This record gives sequence, structure tokens and C-alpha cells, in this order.
Amino acid sequence: MFAQHFPVLPIVLPLIGAPVCMLLARSQLAWLFATLISGFSFFISIVLLLTTLDQGVLSYALGGWEPPWGIEMRVDVANALVLSVVTGLSTLVLVYAKQSIDKEIDRNQHTLFYTAHLLCLAGLSGILSTGDAFNLFVFLEISSLATYTLVSLASDRRALTAAFRYLVMGTIGATFILIGVGMMYMKTGTLNMLDLAARIAEYDSNRTLNTGLAFILIGVSIKLALFPLHMWLPPAYTHAPSAVSAFLAGTATKVAVYVMVRFIFTIYGAEYVFHEMGMDVILLVLAIVAIFNCSFVATVQSNVKTMLAYSSVAQIGYMILGISLVTSAGLMAGLLHIFNHALMKGALFMAVGAVLFRTGSADIKAYYGLGKRMPLTMAAFTIAGLSIIGVPLTAGFVSKWYLVTAALEQQHWLIAFLILTGSLLAIVYIGRVLEVAYFKEPADPTDTTIKEAPVLMLIPMWILVLANIYFGIDTSLSVSAADAASKWLFQPAADLGAVR
Amino acid sequence: MSFIVDYYNYWIVVFLMMAGFYIVISANNLVKKVVGLNIFQTSVFIMYISIGKVSGGSAPILADGITSYSNPLPHVLILTAIVVGVATTAVGLALIVRIKRAYGTVEENEFKDKDALI
Repeated sequence: MFAQHFPVLPIVLPLIGAPVCMLLARSQLAWLFATLISGFSFFISIVLLLTTLDQGVLSYALGGWEPPWGIEMRVDVANALVLSVVTGLSTLVLVYAKQSIDKEIDRNQHTLFYTAHLLCLAGLSGILSTGDAFNLFVFLEISSLATYTLVSLASDRRALTAAFRYLVMGTIGATFILIGVGMMYMKTGTLNMLDLAARIAEYDSNRTLNTGLAFILIGVSIKLALFPLHMWLPPAYTHAPSAVSAFLAGTATKVAVYVMVRFIFTIYGAEYVFHEMGMDVILLVLAIVAIFNCSFVATVQSNVKTMLAYSSVAQIGYMILGISLVTSAGLMAGLLHIFNHALMKGALFMAVGAVLFRTGSADIKAYYGLGKRMPLTMAAFTIAGLSIIGVPLTAGFVSKWYLVTAALEQQHWLIAFLILTGSLLAIVYIGRVLEVAYFKEPADPTDTTIKEAPVLMLIPMWILVLANIYFGIDTSLSVSAADAASKWLFQPAADLGAVR
Repeated sequence: MSFIVDYYNYWIVVFLMMAGFYIVISANNLVKKVVGLNIFQTSVFIMYISIGKVSGGSAPILADGITSYSNPLPHVLILTAIVVGVATTAVGLALIVRIKRAYGTVEENEFKDKDALI
């Protein structure tokens, strides 16, 4: 009875929880409440993932209005997988945030932080679960507006200008998506994703639909920070509070990648997008440029947070690269990387936040000799960094392995080579931090205020680090889910319609 | 000529969209950027309202003797999108207020200079 409402609960819980959080007014209470809500959403997402792996699709008619007239919540393996990542990371970040935001956000704004975080979570879950193209736009804006607020909460004034830039770019992106959805509606008269897929399949090529697709892909590319539309991301992640960076880097752009996958594979169909419009070449080139350009830029940053932000843009390149290979194996590698990237970038940003908590700086100068002073934090940074590089026995290795295999499967030797070279650049930028942390003496050896981070920050960080190792060794859960999701997405759209 | 006259609403959409977009890109003043963003969004609202019109159809209110109605769904969608637009403007303006307090200016080139000094 209750279980039938599960597909909508990860949205409704945080959405109702957010205003309650604001009313609680006490920072501690709001923290406890937000963490519980997020944890419960995580639990439901896991149940949803296991159910969808077992039974396939769960459809939920919102308000009892039957699809395609009403709004449909539609959970399949692909979005259940990303939903688990988002809610799981959200919970860990909230645990971590309690102490982290003490130093980075003004005391009387703490409840606002938890409120905005829950709203953002509600928006992201909504984007993932919905089966309605316009509804997706609304949830996208809910999460984006909450994100702008979260970024601007930092006490550094540069966060304000970063948030404003993010707002302008994000709104343009969202409006582009709105235009695209309008054009699809113009031609098909429906907004339900499966209905859209069935009706678009009737057209071989149509100028309105092509224009709509172009608008949507550009809009989504801004949201997911695909090179060269990524310029809003580095300042926003650099100046945002560390807990916010950790959450956003692992979720917000990844959900946008999911939106792109949804529009390409479910609504338009891979055939239409890649063969009719030739998008695969465009995406492939942009992905490779993103990997190289942003990895290079990352190697010269003096601020470690900026470095990680550029590294995020490069990692998004790997995901888009997987999608642009137009094979089930490539898509699966892309989805797997969404999952793994959340684990490693979450852990890295948490480690940087812990250093910021103790030293008050994210500059690389603050890392001199930290290997001795904050051994657990730096060990976490090291392992998560190895995962970014793609060293065997870490999660990062698994997704790179599948990506290279997918490229070789199609005889793309050059692409496989470029993926591996991109990883070498990751060694450079992660190695720089490790070098100063372990092989340089601290600038001020007598300073005793710098010690290991608080336990409440270390626990979520190390959960992510251990998950990095776990999913690097036992890949059965992550790989089987990503594999099922990609097979599910890759079947022709018309077949999906028949499932209903 | 009829290409322009028959589709004049879409030409207005295109003109507003480009004008708004240009303001967002070129304006140095943050408030003007928000104004541009609003014009840009409004053009999309007009596009949606345009596609809801059915030739010869009346307003979508049930009445005797009327068989053809315009499509009300785009109106409803745009009602939602207007709310989203208002919320975005509110957040944008709130940010501008705080930027003004922190920097003493809302001109983009001026606060870029101030940050460079730190």
C-alpha cells in the first residue's frame, strides 16, 4: 500500500522537509532533521534500485491522473541508479556539513543552508524520476535556484559574483531547454516522454524537431558544463562552501548528464540524434577537448578547489565520451563513471574542505607538510586522487577500463590512447598536491592549531573512500546496474512505448 | 511579404529573444543583465502562447454552440514558467543587493578590478 508511493517519495520528502527545516530555526535541529530526511530518501532510492533491477519499470501517476495526460513519475534502472548516487551523497554531505559550515557560513544562515540543500535534493530527485518533459524543466529550475543560493551562502564575497554568473548561465541554459520542449510540443502535441518518443519516431527528419533538439542539447550542455560552456563552474565550485562543492560536483552536473542521456536515447532515439543529426562527432570532439584542456588548466591552478573544479569538467568529458561512442558498452561506461565520479569527487572535495576547516585556506601553500599533521585527511585525498587517476583496485579504474574497452570494441585506437593520456594529466595535478603534502616541510612547524579534522567530517569522507575501494574490487552491483541501465536505454524508443 | 505578416508573432519572439540575449551578453551593469534575462524569457512565453492558438478556435471556456477551442495547455505551462522566471529574477536581484553591499558597485568591470587587488 505504502510501497506504491515510493517513486515519488524521494521528491516529496525533501520538498516538505525544506520549509520545516526553516521553521526549526535551531542549527542543530535543522541538521538532524535534514540528515534524517535525506537518509530516508536514500533508503527509498536503494529499494527502488533493487526493485527496478528485479521488475523493470515503476510508473506512478501523480495525483491519480493517468499518463500521458497527467504527469508520470517513471523510475527505471537508469534513474534509480543515479537517484541512489544523489541521495546517498546528499546524506553523507549533510553529516559532513555540520562542522564544515561552521567556519564557512554565517551562523544565522545555517538553517537556510539546510533548507536550500533539501530543496536542491528535491529538484534533483524530481529531474531523475519524472517522465514528463516540461516537469523536468520545472524541477531543473527548482534545483538550480537552490544551487545559486547554496553557492552564495559562503562568507567570501567572490561567492556572490560566482553565484550571479552561475545564475545567468544557468537561466539561459534552462530557457533553451524550455524553447526546445516547446518545439517538441509544437510538432507532437504531447509532453510525456514515452509519448514523445513514439510520435517523434514517426518522423524521419523534421526541421522543428531538429531545432528543438539543438536547443535542448545546448541548454543541457550549459547545465552539465560541457566544454566550452563550462566557464560558470570553476568560480562557483571554488568559492562555494566546501560541503556545497562536494555535493554539487558529485550530483548537479551528473544529473544534467542524465538529462542529456534521457533526451538523446529515450525521447529522440540514438538513431535520430547520431545518424540524422551527426551529434556523435560533435560530442566526441568536445569531450576530448574538455578532457585535455581542463586537465591542463587544472595542473597550473594554485587553488586546490579550482583545480578539482577543472578536473570535474574533464571528468564530465569522459562521461560524454562514453555517450558519444553510440554503443551500449560506451553508454554503460558513461553511466558507471557518473556513479564512480560521485564517490571520488565527493571524497576529494570533503578532504579539501577538512583542510580548509583547519588551515583556513584552499591554496596549495596550505598543504605543505600536511601529510604528517592531518594523516587521515591526506590519506583520504590520496586514495580518492588515485581513483581519479584510474589506478587499479579503485573505482576510477573500473570506469576507465570499461571506457577504453568500449572504444577498442569499435577499433577507435586513437580515442583509447587519448583516454589513457588524459589520465596521465590527472597524475600531474593530483601528484602536485601529494608532493607538497608528503615531501615538503610545513611553512610554520611550530603551529599546533593544525591537527586532524573532526571525526564528524572524517567519517563521511572515509565512507566515500572505502566505497571507492569497494567498488574498485567488487564491481558486481555498480556494473550490473549500469549495464542494465544502458541496455534499457539503448533499445529503440518505439519498443519502450510498447512496454506500457 | 506574407512570410513576415502571417508569422508576425514569431518574428516578435525572435526579435525579443535576440534583444534579450544581447543585453545579457553585452551589459556591464548587473541589473541590466537581469532585465535582459527577463526579456529573453518573456520571448519564450510569447512563443508558447502562440503555439496554443487554434485558427478559428475560441477561448478555451466551455460554452454552447462552440466546437473549436484554442489549446489551453501551453497557457498553463507558461503560467508555471512565469513563476519560475519571477523566482529567478528575485534570486538574481537579491544577489545584486548583496554584491552592492560587499563591493559598493554593481558594474561588472569595477568589482573585477576590486577582486584583482586582493
